[in-house]
Amino acid sequence: MSMLELDKKTFAPEVLETEGVVLVDFYGDGCVPCAALMPHVHELSEKYDGQLKFCALNTSKARRVAIGQQVIGLPTIGIYENGTKVDEVCKDDATPEAVEEMIKRHI
Amino acid sequence: MENVYDVIILGAGPAGLSAGLYAGRSRLNALIIEKGEDGGQIAITSEIENYPGQLVDTEESGPTLIARMTKQVEHFGAERVSDTITAVELEGDVKKVIGKKGEYCGRAVIIATGANPRPIGCKNEAQFVGKGISFCATCDANFFTDLEVYVVGGGDSAVEEAMYLTGFARKVTIIHRRDELRAVKSIQEKAFANPKIDFMWDSVVEEVGGDEGVLATMKVRNVKTDEITVVEADEDDGMFGLFGFIGFLPNTGLFEGQVDMDHGYIVTDEDMKTNIPGVFAAGDLRRKSLRQVVTAAADGAIAAMQVLKYLEG
Repeated sequence: MSMLELDKKTFAPEVLETEGVVLVDFYGDGCVPCAALMPHVHELSEKYDGQLKFCALNTSKARRVAIGQQVIGLPTIGIYENGTKVDEVCKDDATPEAVEEMIKRHI
Repeated sequence: MENVYDVIILGAGPAGLSAGLYAGRSRLNALIIEKGEDGGQIAITSEIENYPGQLVDTEESGPTLIARMTKQVEHFGAERVSDTITAVELEGDVKKVIGKKGEYCGRAVIIATGANPRPIGCKNEAQFVGKGISFCATCDANFFTDLEVYVVGGGDSAVEEAMYLTGFARKVTIIHRRDELRAVKSIQEKAFANPKIDFMWDSVVEEVGGDEGVLATMKVRNVKTDEITVVEADEDDGMFGLFGFIGFLPNTGLFEGQVDMDHGYIVTDEDMKTNIPGVFAAGDLRRKSLRQVVTAAADGAIAAMQVLKYLEG
């Protein structure tokens, strides 16, 4: 399953009002480190297919939604459990390895 | 023995890409290894107006410049791989580079791993990186639309990025530890003419904080009077941005103990040769007087041509 692309309208129903574990890749236009990380997250979405839901949110078009989640630095990868953010890595800490470690902690 | 490249280039910023271009045109069997996206620091730079031939006052940016460099390198045939290097063995006729995904062998190595932004150096900094503190305006400027932003630094990058941030923020204050900017005059003139830019002179950020885990307060100290100014986020805003552009730290930890360095910067001669035969260094991680895209590109070209000479022995 590929990643589900969210927008400011679908973020709440798909993440905050969803049971289970959801990963959100917060990225933005012009964010080069985000573009570098994204393919790795796609790989992880294949590897862990069926074990958690993978989503991506372009914060350039959903700034207020991101700030509401205390996401104000990119890239940020967040993990939600039953609608609550329980873990995240951002900036230099958001390496492919760290994202995978975080996934393993929550599945 | 597996494939032995003529030259392995570590890093795909301007220095590495330039080396790859010259190596490719010389028909060297070259491999460029990059852990992330091409470009290094200029990939996170909003405006490059001092690289010869670069169009100014247009949509051109660091990323568009690097995209052209990447395309040019591909055209001339250097091989590419995406991997994070964990160790190197640089002595001997065949050098070994060990990555997370594989091992690579080359008869010569060009180290072009660049530099990373230098931290602001204030208390609680690590806790607020990505939560209001940023070193990448193109990544995070959007979050501070109509908010207040502070920029630490006084050089070209700091003032350029401050100007870029005025396209988003309500107000941008440059915090500089001296009483005048170090940026070149043309950039200074633009900054002083920009009504959204303000200055805190002779000042350094001592400490940052915020109750909700988001940057909302900081202490700024005047270095001449020791007076402390407490900056608080506007109540309606709830947060502000703090961007650091105070130079870089060389990315050379991997080569310690093998390659000669001075304060972390690799020491070379003017042909980019390090103390190890067949090992060259290019770009911002080298000890030199001017670290710019143009000097990085020049280093890369010289290094590649010296590799050719070295291989011809």
